[in-house]
Amino acid sequence: MSSTLAIPLPAPMPVRPEVGARKCATTGLNVCLTAEKFIKLTAVSAVVFLLLGGIAAILLALTRWQAVHLLPVDWFYRILTFHGLNMLIFWILFFEVAVLYFTCTTPLNARLFSAKVAWAGFIQMIVGAVMVDYIILAGKADVLMTSYLPLVAHPLFYLGIILVATGTLTGVFNFFATLYVAKRDRTYEGSLPLVTYGATAAAIIAVVTLLHGAIVMIPTFTYAMGWTAQPDPMWYRMIWWGLGHQSQQVNVAAMVAIWYLIGNLTTGAKPLNETVCRAAFVLYILFINLASAHHLLVDPAVGSAWKIWNTSYAMYLAVLASMIHGFTVPASVEFAMREKGYTKGLFGWVTHLPWRNPAFSGALLSLLIFGFIGGITGVTLGTQQINIIAHNTLRITGHFHATVVGGTSLAFMALTYYVIPLIFRRNFIWRSAARAQPWMFGGGILLVSLGMSFAGSMGVPRRIYDIDHSGAFGPAAHLMLGVMGIGAILAAAGLFLFCILCVGTLLFGEKTGNRAMADWGVAQALAGSREGSLADDHWAVKGTIALTAVFLASFAVYYFANWKALADVWPVR
Amino acid sequence: MSLAIPARDWFKPPVGAEKLWIGLALLWCFVMSLMMPYWHFRGKQNSRGEAYAVKPTAFLERSEKFAAANKVGTDAAGNIIAEPAPGGDAYLLARMWSWTPILKLRQGETYRIHLSSLDLQHGFSLQPLNMNFQVLPGYDHVLTLTPTSKGEFTIVCNEFCGIGHDKMFGKIIVE
Ligand code: HEM
Ligand SMILES: [Cu+2]
Repeated sequence: MSSTLAIPLPAPMPVRPEVGARKCATTGLNVCLTAEKFIKLTAVSAVVFLLLGGIAAILLALTRWQAVHLLPVDWFYRILTFHGLNMLIFWILFFEVAVLYFTCTTPLNARLFSAKVAWAGFIQMIVGAVMVDYIILAGKADVLMTSYLPLVAHPLFYLGIILVATGTLTGVFNFFATLYVAKRDRTYEGSLPLVTYGATAAAIIAVVTLLHGAIVMIPTFTYAMGWTAQPDPMWYRMIWWGLGHQSQQVNVAAMVAIWYLIGNLTTGAKPLNETVCRAAFVLYILFINLASAHHLLVDPAVGSAWKIWNTSYAMYLAVLASMIHGFTVPASVEFAMREKGYTKGLFGWVTHLPWRNPAFSGALLSLLIFGFIGGITGVTLGTQQINIIAHNTLRITGHFHATVVGGTSLAFMALTYYVIPLIFRRNFIWRSAARAQPWMFGGGILLVSLGMSFAGSMGVPRRIYDIDHSGAFGPAAHLMLGVMGIGAILAAAGLFLFCILCVGTLLFGEKTGNRAMADWGVAQALAGSREGSLADDHWAVKGTIALTAVFLASFAVYYFANWKALADVWPVR
Repeated sequence: MSLAIPARDWFKPPVGAEKLWIGLALLWCFVMSLMMPYWHFRGKQNSRGEAYAVKPTAFLERSEKFAAANKVGTDAAGNIIAEPAPGGDAYLLARMWSWTPILKLRQGETYRIHLSSLDLQHGFSLQPLNMNFQVLPGYDHVLTLTPTSKGEFTIVCNEFCGIGHDKMFGKIIVE
């Protein structure tokens, strides 16, 4: 057992001389130096965009909180555009490229296919992102992230987005080429490790997604240049959401892969059944195709049959996949803990989890927020008829701040507590603050999400500067916006703390050199316990069974409560 | 182990608690899938997306003609209040930044409300009921609507439509 990770050290793999790799002192794995360089570049860029998006976030929240109402109206929409793109696109995509470069090299003992291709991808992405941010802040693209036609922005706005998309595609190509070469050169024997498998699922969906992006953005760019006619606004919505929604499945797949990885590193958890986990990733690929339907449920010219078919066929098997991961991840952790000897009662093992490890607490909070809030609200809001009482209200924003922020972003932050020590080879500064960070960010986002969701249930629109002129919203709605505001302060503090910790560590963190990283704390086995002791007990994970039973019950209550609320509004066809 | 190459014999069917959970989750996904067609036939609130192509200028003309023909008064600010015949058609025009005309409807009667936009996309959001529909230029989106409660309802816009977006209101009065 390694001293700082909960996994046994693998047999050292031979470093092939031409490979340009170093041996990691903590894991014993070989780290490709080219991949390492690009992981560093993209991860640092990602954190810079997170910081920019975070500054925007707090400005927005303090404006939507009517009691504060900070920004002037034009800057509100400008900053809203800025926040959406920097967070949802730049922070997430840059970090994902880093994840892809890691998962296709180190676990496979492979080297990155091409540094040139990696540069080509990175330069396109960074030029595109800077272009977009500049145009937004210059006030030439107050069109929000979705830039729904007939709204038009400056052409460079679209060109920037196209560059980010093609840059990402270039990175994804590098990933697949690396997988291919690794397989051809037999750098590893057997099947892909689960993290790499999950990342591959994410990469496949990313290709489909980014192609939608190209299909919709190129004619919009040529229209903005005055070269071609305006594309149809309904067509635009349908294809744009092929980009906007399916890319969320990329985030989910990447996040789930990270849950498995962190569970493994911190508690030694292994999937109960590899077949099940892998099949669930395949479901993501197969059944997300038409998820743009969720955004068109109350749109004109799209019929009921199309709406129902595409929201349930394509969606519910992907939902099934998430429900499977939502079980197998905690189950594998519980199983590992029980094998370590913590067998008391339903939840006796919980107190012995490595709570002081920020990667662990971050991943766990990510799982709970994603599952209980993001997942349940998402499926409910994406139900064809229920969407009537949710479309374009803050309920939607509340939902995705639980998925892509409390879920994906928090999982990415959690992973960073290993990325920096292992890849940048520096130990974190201010470790006590790092241990608190996931709780601040996760707790804050929980309040943001709940505040938004309840305000949205009272009809408060998303993307609106002021709700007081209409006189339609009472004190309860304002109270909920206050809850969102307070949550936002806490979450933003957690986000800034994360950035300070990262930057501070890169500048001042103790270099580990050839020593193992400093221990965050991992689950310890009790004396006398034995790995494999429960191999034949298929009902050992009693705590997880209880947890998922509560989950299913909450899901059903929320789901049917929404049908009830729908039945109370005016009949409409 | 998720970071390492799995053992060769990883292909196994699920067993025990995991198998039970997959079964339950699949069943639940099924229930949710069936709820939508069920509600389509049995429920009263559905979004069929009935729509016709229309030029924004043509829709403007229709809605002005409708407002003039069905005018029953004006509000304090001089906005036209129009009352369509029960069972008949009503036109609601969205533009930056207003919904016109004010509609006067009768409780329990059914109307065909035509929604379209003269310029950008807008969001029809009826408060405090919280019913929401998308409004696009070029599309005549028809809602077959039956008001079942009396009172004054505010239409707010919930799709971003420029700087005056938060001041874009309309009204439906039900008697
Ligand atoms: C400190 C953390 C954060 C806070 C307090 C926060 C808060 C907000 C607020 C107040 C809005 C505006 C809602 C509206 O008026 O419609 C918003 C929108 C949004 N946020 Fe965040 N956010 C945070 C982090 C993130 C992250 C990490 C992401 C993505 C990874 C994200 C993605 C978005 C998106 C996509 C929108 C919608 C933009 C639009 O409607 O065009 N947020 N957020
Ligand atoms: Cu509007």
